[in-house]
Amino acid sequence: MKELTIQAVVENLDNVIAFVTSFLEEMDCPLKEQMSIEVAVEEIFVNIAHYAYKPETGMAHIVCKEAEDDVAIEISFEDNGMPFDPLAKADPDVTLSVEDRPIGGLGIFMVKKSMDDVHYEYKDGKNIFTMRKNLTRVNN
Amino acid sequence: MTITKEQNGNALTIFLSGRLDTTTAPELESEIKQDLEGIKELTFHFGNLEYISSAGLRVIMSAQKIMSKQGTMVVTNASEEVKEIFEVTGFSSIIEIR
Repeated sequence: MKELTIQAVVENLDNVIAFVTSFLEEMDCPLKEQMSIEVAVEEIFVNIAHYAYKPETGMAHIVCKEAEDDVAIEISFEDNGMPFDPLAKADPDVTLSVEDRPIGGLGIFMVKKSMDDVHYEYKDGKNIFTMRKNLTRVNN
Repeated sequence: MTITKEQNGNALTIFLSGRLDTTTAPELESEIKQDLEGIKELTFHFGNLEYISSAGLRVIMSAQKIMSKQGTMVVTNASEEVKEIFEVTGFSSIIEIR
């Protein structure tokens, strides 16, 4: 298990990605999964940085661990900001034409699509977001 | 991220290498704002692009919106991982990927 407590500002994104990447390397995470995990971590961390403590800033606590059944990794994010369930928002319509599609709004949708499980709860004054990614690691 | 550009008349190719993420996307966005005027053919060369997040997709979508009005746009040489992201987000049905 690896933990990081860091100020939730966009300037720390590279540090967060480096922290998660070092965990994934220790876990021999296949490259195929690595990028989708990095994308999900970026979306969630940037969301906290942009909205959780607005207009101020605060901390984010990130925990990376191997799932108990050894075939997945779990990453959780905690912040003490405003209660906000990122999963509550409706998914964007990805079949719209170029003219009709909004420019953004894909972040959380990408997390939902690329992770095998996502979970949000507000508990003891904290937003807790957990995601799980199954690994296609080949056992020797 | 490194941005390299090659312009030939009204055709512009933008070569991206490294990571197109929340930190680097604003840089590409401002480059695009300056450069797309009068461009009829825009190519994004993704051969050395290692990573793209929603912040990067946002810039690609704005470029497509501009180019739909004034010409054509194509994305080339994307890695399998980047292509998968284009697939999941429905980008592959509205952006030409070669």
